[in-house]
Amino acid sequence: MSGPRLQRVADQDRRLIEITVDGWAMSAMEGDTLLVAILAQRSYLREASGEPQGEMPAAGFCLMGACQDCWVWHEDGRRVRACTTYAEPGMRIRTTWPDHLLAS
Amino acid sequence: MAGSPARILIIGAGPAGLRAAEMLAEAGCSPILIDEAPRVGGQIYRQPPRVPGFTRTASELYGAAADRARDLFVTFDRIRQRIDYRPSSLVYDLIDNRAIVASEGKSEEIAFDAMILATGAMDRIIPAPGWTLPGVYTLGAAQIALKHQGCAIGKRIAFVGGGPLLLLAAHQYAKAGAVPAAIVLPSRFESLAAAGLRLLPMPRELSSGLLWLLDLKRRGVPVLFGHRLVKVKGAESVTGIIAERAGRQRVIACDAVALGYGLRSETQLADLAGIRFVFDAERRQWLPETDPLGRAAGRKDIYLAGDGAGILGADAAEARGRLAAHALMTDLGIAHERYRPKPDKTAVACAERLQAAMRAAFDPPADLVTAIPDETILCRCERILAGELRALAGLLGAREVNRAKSFSRIGMGRCQGRLCGHAAAEILAGKLGISLDSVGRLRGQPPIKPVIVSTVAERKA
Amino acid sequence: MTARIALKSDVLIVGAGIAGCATALQLARRGKLVTLIERDQAGIRASGVNFGGVRQNGRDLRELPIAMRARAMWDELPGLIGFDGEFRATGNLRLASDEERVAQLDRFFTAATEQGLGLVRLDRAELKARYPWLSDRPIRGVLCPSDGHANPRLVGPAFAFAAQEAGATLIEHTEILEGWYANGAFHLRAADNRTFAAPMLVNCAGAWAGKIAGWFDEPVTLAPEIPQVQVTEPLPYRIEPVLGVMGGDFYLRQTFRGNILFGSGQGRATPDALRSRPLPETMRRGAEIAIAFIPHLAHVPIIRAWTGVDGDTSDGVCVLGPSETHPGLFHAFGFNGHGFLLGPAVGAVIAELILGGKTSTDIAGLGIGRFRPARKASAAPARGQHPDEERDASPEQNGAQNADRGSIGMERNEQAAGAHQRAEHGQDR
Ligand SMILES: Cc1cc2nc3c(=O)[nH]c(=O)nc-3n(C[C@H](O)[C@H](O)[C@H](O)COP(=O)(O)OP(=O)(O)OC[C@H]3O[C@@H](n4cnc5c(N)ncnc54)[C@H](O)[C@@H]3O)c2cc1C
Ligand SMILES: Cc1cc2nc3c(=O)[nH]c(=O)nc-3n(C[C@H](O)[C@H](O)[C@H](O)COP(=O)(O)OP(=O)(O)OC[C@H]3O[C@@H](n4cnc5c(N)ncnc54)[C@H](O)[C@@H]3O)c2cc1C
Ligand code: FES
Repeated sequence: MSGPRLQRVADQDRRLIEITVDGWAMSAMEGDTLLVAILAQRSYLREASGEPQGEMPAAGFCLMGACQDCWVWHEDGRRVRACTTYAEPGMRIRTTWPDHLLAS
Repeated sequence: MAGSPARILIIGAGPAGLRAAEMLAEAGCSPILIDEAPRVGGQIYRQPPRVPGFTRTASELYGAAADRARDLFVTFDRIRQRIDYRPSSLVYDLIDNRAIVASEGKSEEIAFDAMILATGAMDRIIPAPGWTLPGVYTLGAAQIALKHQGCAIGKRIAFVGGGPLLLLAAHQYAKAGAVPAAIVLPSRFESLAAAGLRLLPMPRELSSGLLWLLDLKRRGVPVLFGHRLVKVKGAESVTGIIAERAGRQRVIACDAVALGYGLRSETQLADLAGIRFVFDAERRQWLPETDPLGRAAGRKDIYLAGDGAGILGADAAEARGRLAAHALMTDLGIAHERYRPKPDKTAVACAERLQAAMRAAFDPPADLVTAIPDETILCRCERILAGELRALAGLLGAREVNRAKSFSRIGMGRCQGRLCGHAAAEILAGKLGISLDSVGRLRGQPPIKPVIVSTVAERKA
Repeated sequence: MTARIALKSDVLIVGAGIAGCATALQLARRGKLVTLIERDQAGIRASGVNFGGVRQNGRDLRELPIAMRARAMWDELPGLIGFDGEFRATGNLRLASDEERVAQLDRFFTAATEQGLGLVRLDRAELKARYPWLSDRPIRGVLCPSDGHANPRLVGPAFAFAAQEAGATLIEHTEILEGWYANGAFHLRAADNRTFAAPMLVNCAGAWAGKIAGWFDEPVTLAPEIPQVQVTEPLPYRIEPVLGVMGGDFYLRQTFRGNILFGSGQGRATPDALRSRPLPETMRRGAEIAIAFIPHLAHVPIIRAWTGVDGDTSDGVCVLGPSETHPGLFHAFGFNGHGFLLGPAVGAVIAELILGGKTSTDIAGLGIGRFRPARKASAAPARGQHPDEERDASPEQNGAQNADRGSIGMERNEQAAGAHQRAEHGQDR
């Protein structure tokens, strides 16, 4: 599955905003959580990755800030929980560990 | 209490916390109302963001409960100026008479003379092979996506588990145009019917449950009673599920699963506050002990209300919120003569009966948990398999969940065992052939949810 | 009141932490009948919840000989307990960020090097080059490459398991309430009224051992040592050495899974030291220091915090060796928050003392005699050889908190003395 995971079914008449995710421009709707913004475009929040511990692919689980499965990063390294953080215009998000952290 | 007014804290702005806030505000107290969410309403009355374009009405969002929702929001607007409301604020530690609160990237310590804990509930999850695949969500998540964001969790969704919320959510999805691929319930039709009989005195609940079921049937949704989830299929993403009844398997193609076997209380703060817990054999959960009004055992200054003190549903949560506020004000000598607790007590008693019937109808068979295959991921944060836990059950005294946690890392991850703790205890008890209560419960540890180092370090002025 | 002798044994050990279990293992391997009695479960107390630092670096010189012996034994764990305890020699790096601490660190460097401990001294530029994640705060580092860390959740219980395999009897959920010496044997009475007797007794009761020593006329006041550890979510593995900040009471390590553990300051315990919990102010201070030394940690989520209780002596080093009042009685306790490393060697030393009357390790400075009441009046035990006087004397950090903490299991008048004596030293992992 590579298309959008989440299907918008209501309240779709909202202002579009632009964010950047893993270097790609993405348009989201005002009021989207980061999780929704990303999963309305693609099927995963994080891909399987080697670091830090052979991550499994993930797309969130509880959407209520309980399972902690959906944390992503601002490009500058700040950590955010995608299901409880709203997308804001210009946000630059990455879903893999920012390599510069602890490296310099 | 003469002199400066008592500082009263309410944690949770769901139905329970809001009703408590209302009572206190009417009596002239101005409680501090804290909630992690950006808007009031709690889980059931979760509101969409305050952004143009979210246009659904209360009826569209909350269906039959719309009146209740509206009334709650109106109440909130009415008391808004008389209370100190702190949205988007997470209480991550509770010690003595201090709540440690994170908001806007900083921490603040809020002292209280009395507190009402109304922290609500989350889904009870029973792992199955494949449940960590992208596309599997909690039932609660399915509802939140819809209510809060106007999204469905997939195109073809299987609803798996139990509880009235499962039927409600499936019905809500169908109405929104995302017709479920199937409803899979481990409970048998007969137990549902039997519970229905017990609900005859409660026609509203009975008829709404029936209505949802009939509506799903009418739309051609397969409702599979007495079926267990054998596995969620897929490599990188959900492609289907396998359900089984009496050895016969059925494959259902889907791209998403909404999984939930009822609810369990969020009790971490109660634990940190040092409240005594008792094992509730009916709900198979350790719960903070309270008197009928919500006074916490072991803490004179703390009261519990709503689903955080045992699942009784949203209407009872409102009643319990008022009862807790009543107990608090009685204990502090705050006048509130106009309140009569009787109707709320009746509502709670009624909800107890309803919940008992619901458990009879929907509780999964005990071996659904204990028979989870060894190769199933049990703790998704730490990726510990059910078999790993079984392998060390009993070893070196690992007959107790915290010991098992220490050996296996189960419950040591980001969610602190919220998702796996329940199943882990069942598996441990099942493997050792001992009762669930005798394996104990995972202890809560601060911070109860992850908090960024800089948020801990920075103090709010 | 029954007085049944439950088991016949040569040696009774009270306390199944790493000290008691290692002792039981050594003795059982040498054919002694050992009964190990534990109030809770083996390895569940300090030994099972500690920070996991295996550190000689910065040790008080009186403890350095046994520390070095212990360190050598950590390499032998597979032979001793059947697995390596997840021990890796990743190094321990002590950091100083002001001239005073630099001087202390240098003094330790010189003295410990003389005793044969391999150390590397690093200036600011070298620190930066080796450890790019460090801030500019530290101006001197001393690295002990042979130090490292291990998994405390597994090591303690593994010692208990190995001791049982070797023939020791472990009796859990049995609290000893009383002990006395009569008719050539030590007698212990448990809470369930069972009694135990043997010609030898080892007191390995951790934070609670001072009282047990008191039953035999040599009480030692122990103040509760309640280190508080925070753990972050897993990050890619980048931080090799275990860090310790001089004077700042701060320590940090990264597990191989990637979680970063850091600690600083004290949590809180009940007066009986049986339950403890983290304090928010301690967590905050730890977070502040973490960011000051490794700025990138500012962004990382803390997922959990915990504490445990060890016993602090008034002079910062442990009590290890024979009783001065009762031949056949031995003590091993008061590890001041850094007895995890020592555990394996504690067992070896006590076993040597029991079996042969002497030990090859220099434990001269660790005898219980230094707490004899007669000497108390004259002066606190000598502190002359404290090269790593890395304790912050600022009252808010140690003195005041310690005074609050009182002492474990002692009567009030004894407590006052303990709190007073303790005010001077802090801790270090
Ligand atoms: C996702 C979900 C959806 C639900 N939907 C329905 C439904 O449609 N119909 C129905 O009948 N029942 C529903 N329920 C059941 C429902 O939870 C309850 O019946 C009702 O919401 C209980 O009200 P409450 O006030 O006790 O708790 P909640 O409504 O859960 O409110 C608790 C509040 O406390 C806040 N909180 C908790 N911990 C903290 C903390 N540490 N710091 C700050 N804030 C905190 C939460 O953010 C939340 O807003 C749902 C439950 C869940 C989990
Ligand atoms: C949070 C924390 C972090 C630490 N970090 C480090 C570190 O990084 N490096 C390091 O070297 N050290 C560290 N330490 C210290 C180290 O854990 C201890 O020094 C060491 O574990 C002590 O071992 P023990 O066997 O003496 O004590 P314990 O493990 O506490 O064992 C004593 C046992 O005696 C039992 N007992 C007591 N009284 C009785 C009685 N009357 N009857 C029966 N049983 C009794 C107790 O139940 C207990 O199990 C830390 C300690 C803590 C708490
Ligand atoms: S999806 Fe569970 S915390 Fe975000």
